[in-house]
Amino acid sequence: MSTPQPPTPQAAPDWHPAPASPYPTYTSPIPVVRTTLVHALASEWTKIKSVRSTMWTLGVFVLLVIGIGLLTGAVVANSSSDLAGESALSLGFFGLLLGSICVITLGVMTTASEYGTGMIRTTMTACPSRGRVLTAKAIVFFLVAFVVTLVSATLVALAHVAMLEGNGAADPTGTEWLKGTVGVSLYIALLGLLSLAVGSVIRHSAGAITIMIGVLLAPLVIALFMFSESLKDVQQALFEYSIPNQMSIFYANSLSESGPSGWDPLWILLGVTAAAFAGAFALLEKRDV
Amino acid sequence: MIEAVGLTKRYGDKTAVYNLSFQVRPGAVTGFLGPNGSGKSTTMRMILGLDNPTAGHVTIGGHPYRKLPNAARHVGALLDAKAVHGGRAARNHLLSLAQLSGIPARRVDEVLGVVGLQDVAKRRSKGFSLGMGQRLGIAAALLGDPQVLLFDEPVNGLDPEGIHWVRNLMKALAAEGRTVFVSSHLMSEMALTADHLIVIGRGQLLADMSVTEFISANSADFARVRTPDSEPQLREKLTGALTEAGGHVLPEQDGALRVTGLPLPRISDIAHGSDVRLWELSPHQASLEEAYMRMTQGAVDYRSTADQKAGLQQPLPPGAQPPMPVPGQGQPGWYAPPPPQQGGQPFAAAQGAPGHAPAGPYGAPAAPGAPPANPYAAQQPPRPSGPAAPAPAPPAASPAPLPASAPVTNPTKPEDAR
Repeated sequence: MSTPQPPTPQAAPDWHPAPASPYPTYTSPIPVVRTTLVHALASEWTKIKSVRSTMWTLGVFVLLVIGIGLLTGAVVANSSSDLAGESALSLGFFGLLLGSICVITLGVMTTASEYGTGMIRTTMTACPSRGRVLTAKAIVFFLVAFVVTLVSATLVALAHVAMLEGNGAADPTGTEWLKGTVGVSLYIALLGLLSLAVGSVIRHSAGAITIMIGVLLAPLVIALFMFSESLKDVQQALFEYSIPNQMSIFYANSLSESGPSGWDPLWILLGVTAAAFAGAFALLEKRDV
Repeated sequence: MIEAVGLTKRYGDKTAVYNLSFQVRPGAVTGFLGPNGSGKSTTMRMILGLDNPTAGHVTIGGHPYRKLPNAARHVGALLDAKAVHGGRAARNHLLSLAQLSGIPARRVDEVLGVVGLQDVAKRRSKGFSLGMGQRLGIAAALLGDPQVLLFDEPVNGLDPEGIHWVRNLMKALAAEGRTVFVSSHLMSEMALTADHLIVIGRGQLLADMSVTEFISANSADFARVRTPDSEPQLREKLTGALTEAGGHVLPEQDGALRVTGLPLPRISDIAHGSDVRLWELSPHQASLEEAYMRMTQGAVDYRSTADQKAGLQQPLPPGAQPPMPVPGQGQPGWYAPPPPQQGGQPFAAAQGAPGHAPAGPYGAPAAPGAPPANPYAAQQPPRPSGPAAPAPAPPAASPAPLPASAPVTNPTKPEDAR
C-alpha cells in the first residue's frame, strides 16, 4: 500500500467515524497543513525552472541583449562619429527590443502551456484556489524576468560606457543609470507579465504570442505608412504610444517631443497589465478548466 | 463520500449530463460505467470543481470541491494520463504538486516507488509510454494520501502486471476505508474490482446497484441445449415441450437452443420425458459485460457499422463465397439475451426514474415462472421460412453466416436496404 506505516501515536484515531458519517473513514498519517500562497510560489518556482523552454527563451534573451549590445557598441566605438555628450546607455535599446520577444514568449508559455498540455487540470485539481495559482505564476515569472533583464541590461550598459569613453559620450547621471537599467527592466518584465495574463485568457500559446507580438510591433509599422495628412494625429499617437517608442523613452529618446516622458511608460503599462489581470482572474474563476 | 444531487451540465445546446444523483460510499470500490460520450469524464470534472455544473451540485465529504481546505490532501484524482507538461521530468512534476499542497518532498520518492517509476524519475514525461503515463497519474493521485480517490480509466495502456497491480491497489485503498470511484470500459476488470456500480448513458443514471444485483437484473443465466444435428425434428419436439413447461427457448446460430426459466435438471427430465437425446446441456453464467451491453444498448452514441467498401471491391470470382463476417461486427444487438421479466425493454423503467434505489425498477433475478413472451418478438418479426434463424443477432443485417448455402447477400448492399 501507499502508506505501509503502522498507525503512529498521533494518527491513532485512524478509524474513528466522522460524527456525521456512518461510514469508516481513512485518516492519513501525513500531517495536513493549511496551504497558502507560499506553497504555490514554491510549486511555480519548481515548474518554471524544470522545463527547457524557460532555459531556451531566457538563454536566447541574454544572447540577444548582450550580443546585439556589444555589436552595436563595437560598431560605434570603431567609427569616427562623435556622440557629442549623448549618453552611451541608449545603445542597449536594440538588443532589449528584440529580446522582449523572448520575454513575451516565456510569459505566455508560463500560463498557456499548461492549457496546451492539459497540466492545468492537474494543477487546478491539486489547488482549486485558481486565483492563488495565477498570482504565484505572476510573481515567480515577474521576478525571474526582472532579474534576468536587469543583469543583462546592466552588463551591456557597463560595457557601453567603457567602450564609448573615447567617442565623446557623456558620463550617465544617476537618474539615467536608474532608468536605463532598473526602469527598462521593470518595463520589459511588466510586458512579460501582460503576456502571462493574455496567455491565461487566450489559453493557447501560439495565439497569445501572436497577439503580443502584434501589440509590440503593429502600431509602429502601421504608423509608418500613414501618409495621409488627415491621419496625422492618429499617426502621432501610434508613434508615441508604440511599445518600442515607450521603451526608448527610458533612454530619453523619443520619436516626438510630445507624448509620454520620464517614467510615464511604466505607469501606462502598469495600468494595462492590471486591467488584463482583472480580466484574467475573472475569467479564471468563471470558466471551466 | 461523494454526493451528487441533480447534477446537470450543458455545453451550448448539448446536454452532457442530465439530473444525475448518486452517492459514492467509502470502504468500497465503485465502478462508473457508460458508453463513450455518456458523460463520465464530465461528471468527474464536475466532482473535482474543474467544470461548473449548469444545475445541481456535487459535494465531497459535505463540501463542494473548491471549498475544501487543502483539497489535494482530501481527494486524489487521475483524470487523464497526459495531463502533464511533457517537458518536465516525472519527479519534478510530482514535486511541484507536492509543494502546492504542502506535502513533504520525500513523499514524492515514496509514490514514485509505489508506482514503479523510480528508475525514470529524472526523465521527461514526454517520452513515457501510455502505461508509464498512467503510472505517473496514479502517483499524482496517491501523492496526498487522500481519503477519496477518483480514477478515470486507470488501466488504459497498462501491462498485465500493471492491471493486476491497479486491481489490488483499488481494493486495498477501499479496504482502508477510502472512497474509490473508478471509471472503466474493461468489464472483466470491473467485475473483479468493483463492489458497486453506477451506470450512466447519455448523461443520465441507468443503474446504481451492487455488481451482483446488476448482473442478475440485466442478463439472465441460461442453459445451452443441443440435440442431435442429424435429427432436426427432435429439436422442434424439445422446443415445444420446454415452452409448454414454462421455459423460454431461443435458437442459437449453430443450431443449439438457449433455454431460460427452467433449471437444468428439469430440462433434462423434460428431454427424457419426450424421448429426445441431448448432445449438450450446459449452464451459462451471464457476465458483467453481457449485462452491461444489454443495459446500455439504447444509450450508445458511437456505434460501428460494417466496413462496406462500397464500389471499391473487386467483383467476386464466380463461385466464390464472400468472407464470413465476424459476429458482432457492425451489427447491433448481438449481446446477451435480456432477462425474461423485462420483455426486451432494457432500461425503460430506469430512465423514467433516474436516481432510483437499487432494487427499484428491476424484478427479482431470473425467476422460473417467467412470462413466455419472446423478448425479440417486438423487435424482430419472425422470418417466414428461415431455417434456424440466426437468433440473438437480429435481422439479416449482414450476409447470414449460417447455412453456407443460403442466398448470397451482396456485401456491398447498405444495411438500410434490408
